[in-house]
Amino acid sequence: MRNTFSETLYKEACSNPKICIVVADISPAGSMAKFGTQFPDRFVNVGVAEQSMIGICAGLALKGCQPFAYTIATFSLYRPFEMVRDDLCYQNLPVTVVGMGAGVIYASLGGTHHSQEDITIAGAIPNMQIIAPCDPLECIEATRWCARQRVGPVYLRIGKSGEPTLTTGAEPWEFGKIRYLRRGEDVCILTYGVIAKMAVEVADALRALGKSVSLASAHTVKPLDRAGIVEALKRHKQVIVIEETAPLGGLGAQTKQLAWDCGAHCQLHTFSLRDAFVDNNGTWEDLLDAHGLSVPKILAAIA
Amino acid sequence: MNRSGDKFDPDAARARCKAYRRRILEVSQQVPALHIGGALSSVELVDCIYNELMRPGSGSNSPDTFVLSKGHGCMIQYVVLESLGVLDHSDLENFSTARGQLGVHPDYGNPGIEASTGALGHGLSMVVGMALANRINRVDGVIYTVLSDGEVQEGSTWEATLMASSLRLGNVVAFIDYNQMVSIGPIVGLHPHFYPLVEKFRAFGWECVEIDGHDTGKIRATVLGRQGTKPLMVVARTVKGKGVSYMENVPMWHYRSPNKDEYAKALQELG
Repeated sequence: MRNTFSETLYKEACSNPKICIVVADISPAGSMAKFGTQFPDRFVNVGVAEQSMIGICAGLALKGCQPFAYTIATFSLYRPFEMVRDDLCYQNLPVTVVGMGAGVIYASLGGTHHSQEDITIAGAIPNMQIIAPCDPLECIEATRWCARQRVGPVYLRIGKSGEPTLTTGAEPWEFGKIRYLRRGEDVCILTYGVIAKMAVEVADALRALGKSVSLASAHTVKPLDRAGIVEALKRHKQVIVIEETAPLGGLGAQTKQLAWDCGAHCQLHTFSLRDAFVDNNGTWEDLLDAHGLSVPKILAAIA
Repeated sequence: MNRSGDKFDPDAARARCKAYRRRILEVSQQVPALHIGGALSSVELVDCIYNELMRPGSGSNSPDTFVLSKGHGCMIQYVVLESLGVLDHSDLENFSTARGQLGVHPDYGNPGIEASTGALGHGLSMVVGMALANRINRVDGVIYTVLSDGEVQEGSTWEATLMASSLRLGNVVAFIDYNQMVSIGPIVGLHPHFYPLVEKFRAFGWECVEIDGHDTGKIRATVLGRQGTKPLMVVARTVKGKGVSYMENVPMWHYRSPNKDEYAKALQELG
């Protein structure tokens, strides 16, 4: 997904001289290297200095540029948090903060490299928008939107590499609207981000059990498509939320609130990381499994 | 050409700064507290930037930009902007009230305010971004900023310091309001190795000089005589509370308004 992001941004930058990117000590490979070579004034590597990365983006935006801040999620959001809040959100500037390898994708690097609370934290800041594409195709759409919008700050939560394509043939991508990858009658799975591939497996398993299953990407986590979620709650007998983030303030918690507000009668199951650090080693799948996020565990929980 | 013309008139500069100090004191009578000490120490710096260094454009616009990184000193910025007609008299009259738009720290979007500041250590990175944007956009504009010496304790300030020189931003002119005090007292008691500053900035690749921060002619000459190939840091020695004897270097006046008797005494001293 990171290469897709870089390539998409490079293409946007070719036609928009206001686009610039400020990175913090990332590997200048692929399209990111091409960006730096072709537009040296618009590519800045601050090194290991993330607070200045965000502040510089704010200054660029205050003078009319369309900046992106780019590094591993925990360092793009947590380390410079006050700069994200004050410089970007308080001033409501059209800066995209890219959280690459978000959630627990940097599995084996340990808790210091996990950003399991990023949705909660970014979502709590006024003016902040959050987009978390579920596959490379959605990443293209989201990156294009970020490159062209003048609304305000965005936290663009992306994966790293190897994410499968899930949205071929899906409904068109639209900012702020959930998007059905498939439509059914009985069960609706709501998801976003890289863990969507697990949601697809859960959907396939339920279909094999004879259920008619909807699967929707809630890629715009903020502002959330409240009407779309309410419709999903009302139209299905069972709604399942699968997300790779802390439970507080995530899609699951917000869906529960909407279910109460709209008087939904469906069964509602929410799956997220627990409110605990992920302290086991292993692969991304191993870490998720330790928090109850695996196809068998989800199927068992909803049976 | 700057606002006051090509020739420096020290008497005019002194008169402006006296008027600014009197106006700050006047506003202080409307509110229970404002950051008066740090505003009074920055008077000559902010006056010189607006009236002697920034080039006037059409209306209130200038090709140059000023960011008050030490946002708590914004009373001096407000009164200078008022004198230039960017802010209205009523804006100052309604300072820090529900009727007004001006708060205790400067907010982006208010007339003449180019960035929201107040949390320390944010300004210099935004200045670096603005200076870089001018390079990208082929704009011939200098970005001026005033930092507090308290801000120089922030790690983020040093990140931005390193970036400004790495990017060779000769269009950055920064001042440290070097009053050597933070809110609770002298910096030296906290950080004996905070000093020297000039050598630190030179080591970080800046052109850096130390001058008297209350000498407008010296401030002006230092900036106009800079090399221009590197960012410039002017370590400007100042006195917190400058111009009012009982406020000078007294920590209590970091954030307090004078009472009626104190106000009268201050006006008398300023003349």
